[in-house]
Amino acid sequence: MSIQEVVEAVRTRFGEALQEVIEFRGETTLVVRRESLVDLCRFLRDDPACRFNFLSDLCAVDYWPERPRFAVNYHLYSLPHNLRLRVKVFLEEEDPVVPTVTGIWPTANWHEREVYDLFGIRFEGHPDLRRILLPEDWEGHPLRRDHPLVVEPVQFSFNWREIDSRKPYVRE
Amino acid sequence: MAIREGEVQEFTLEQLKHLVSERALRGETILLNMGPQHPSTHGVLRLLVELDGETIVSVVPDIGYLHTGIEKHCESKTYTKIIPLTDRIDYLSPMSNNLAYVMAVEKLMGVEVPLRAQYIRVILTELQRIASHLVWLGTHALDIAAMSVFLYCFREREMILDIFEMVSGQRMMVSYFRVGGLWRDVPEGFEDAVRAFLKLMPSRINEYERLLKRNPLWLQRTKGVGVISPEDAIAWGVTGPSLRGSGVNYDVRKAQPYSSYDHFEFDVPLGENGDVYDRFMVRIEEMRQSLRIIDQALRRLPKGPYITPDRKVTPPPKEELAWSMEALIHHFKFWTEGFSPPPGEVYHAVESPRGEFGVYINSDGSPKPRRVHFRAPSFVNLQALPIMAKGCLVADLVAIIGSIDIVLGEVDR
Repeated sequence: MSIQEVVEAVRTRFGEALQEVIEFRGETTLVVRRESLVDLCRFLRDDPACRFNFLSDLCAVDYWPERPRFAVNYHLYSLPHNLRLRVKVFLEEEDPVVPTVTGIWPTANWHEREVYDLFGIRFEGHPDLRRILLPEDWEGHPLRRDHPLVVEPVQFSFNWREIDSRKPYVRE
Repeated sequence: MAIREGEVQEFTLEQLKHLVSERALRGETILLNMGPQHPSTHGVLRLLVELDGETIVSVVPDIGYLHTGIEKHCESKTYTKIIPLTDRIDYLSPMSNNLAYVMAVEKLMGVEVPLRAQYIRVILTELQRIASHLVWLGTHALDIAAMSVFLYCFREREMILDIFEMVSGQRMMVSYFRVGGLWRDVPEGFEDAVRAFLKLMPSRINEYERLLKRNPLWLQRTKGVGVISPEDAIAWGVTGPSLRGSGVNYDVRKAQPYSSYDHFEFDVPLGENGDVYDRFMVRIEEMRQSLRIIDQALRRLPKGPYITPDRKVTPPPKEELAWSMEALIHHFKFWTEGFSPPPGEVYHAVESPRGEFGVYINSDGSPKPRRVHFRAPSFVNLQALPIMAKGCLVADLVAIIGSIDIVLGEVDR
C-alpha cells in the first residue's frame, strides 16, 4: 500500500472536500475543508487501505498576516502500512473553530488543549477544553504571531513596591 | 482577577465536576493533591488523585509549571541558533533532540549528510539513550526504595558525560550536531573512550538486572501494576519503551530508518503484559541493543568529511577567510542573517529515549522559521497515566510515573 493509493482512495471518496494535495520533500499533505474533517479522519483510520490508527502529532500554524490565518495540522501514522500523512485544515481569523478528533484518536485531547491554550483555536465537542500549559487567568494566546515575545520585562529587584509599580494590573 | 505572586488559586468543586467521578461530589471519595514539589514526580508534575480508600479512582495531571515558551522563542531565531534551545527541551537527551531538529532542517533544505557524520551521530545518540535510561533506572529504583542502583547508575553515566565533554565541551547541553553534519570532528581518544565504555558496560547492565530482577520486593511492586493494553496504548499515542512494553512493535529506527540506522543490526525488545515490570525489562534490553549498535558503528566508522561541503548551510572553512574576500562575506552573512530554506513544511521524527520525538518546521522562505513545533513523547505518554493508574493502589502511582519515564522539561517545553 503506497501513499498514492491512499490519496486516490480519499479523492474518490471525498471529491470536492479535498481541496489540495501537496507533495514536498517526500511528504504528502491533504488540505481538506473543515466540514468534512471528522468524516475524513474516521475514513483514514478505519478504511482497510489506509488504517492511520496513530495520531503522531497535532499542531497549529499562524500564517498572520496572510489569509486564511490559521491552519491545524494532523500528523498521522499508519502502523500496519508504515505510512505518514499530514492532514491540514485552514481557518479564518474571525472563526477559529474546528471539530474535535478526540472521538477518533483519544490522544488528540491534550494536543487540542495545547493548541487552544497557545493559539486560541477552539475545538468543538472537546470533552475538557481548558488551558493546559499557561495559568487559567492568562490573557491572550502567546503563539499567535501578533503576540509580543516579551510581555512583561523581567524584574531584577526584590523591592516589591518597585516591582508592583511596573505591573499594570496592580495599578487598576 | 489576576493572581499575584505568592497567592494560590483555589478551585471549587464545580470547576472539577467533569474531571472526577460523581462519588467525589457526594464526598464518598477523597481528592488528594500530589506535587508539584514531590520528589518522585521527576520534576514539577502535579496530580489530582481521587481515592477510594487506597485505590485510585481517577488521576488528573496538571502540567505547565516548567513552560518556557521554547516554540515561541524559535520564531525569533535563525535556524542555526535554535539548536541550543532544543537541548533544553528534554534535558536528559539533548543529542536526540539535536538530531531530530537538524534532520528536519536538512530535510527542508534538501541537504545530504556525509556518512562519517551520520555514524558519529548514531554513536552519540545511542550513548545518550544509555545515559538517559541510566538516569531513569536509578531514579525509578530510588522511587521504589532501591537506593544502591541509583548510585551505580550515576557512576556509569559519568563515563558517557565525559565522552560528551570530550567531543562538544559540554556535559549536558551539548549542541553538537549542526545542520549538514557536526560541529567538529571527534577528537583523538574518542574511539578509545567509547571502546572502554563498551567493554565495561555489558557486565554492569547484568549487575543492575541482577540487583532488581530477582528482588522479591521489586517484583511485587512492579509485576501486574500499571497495565495498559496495546489498543489503549496506540489510541493514546504512547510511544517508545512504554508502547513496546505493551508488545507493539513500533520503533522509528526500524520503521523509518534515518541517519543510516538501516546499516546496523539490532533487535527491538518487546514486552507482553504492558505493566511496570515489562517497561523496565524493555529499557534494560534496549541498553544492550544500543551497545550493539555503537559497537557496529565504531567498527565501520568511515573516514571523510564531518560536515557537508554545501556552503548553503555550512560556514566556509576558517583558513579560507584569510585569503578569500567572498568567503569572508559569506561567513559574515551566514552568522548574522542565516540561511533561507524554501517555503514549505516538514515533519521529522526520531526515536528518542522516551519515544517518537518529532519536529515540525514551517518555513516562509525567510531565515527565521514561521513555526517550529516539537512533538514531545513525554507530553503524550503522560496522557496515558490515568489509564495505567486506574484501580491501582496510591503507592503504585509513584512506580507508574517512574515507569513512563517523563521529563517535565519536555512535557511543558
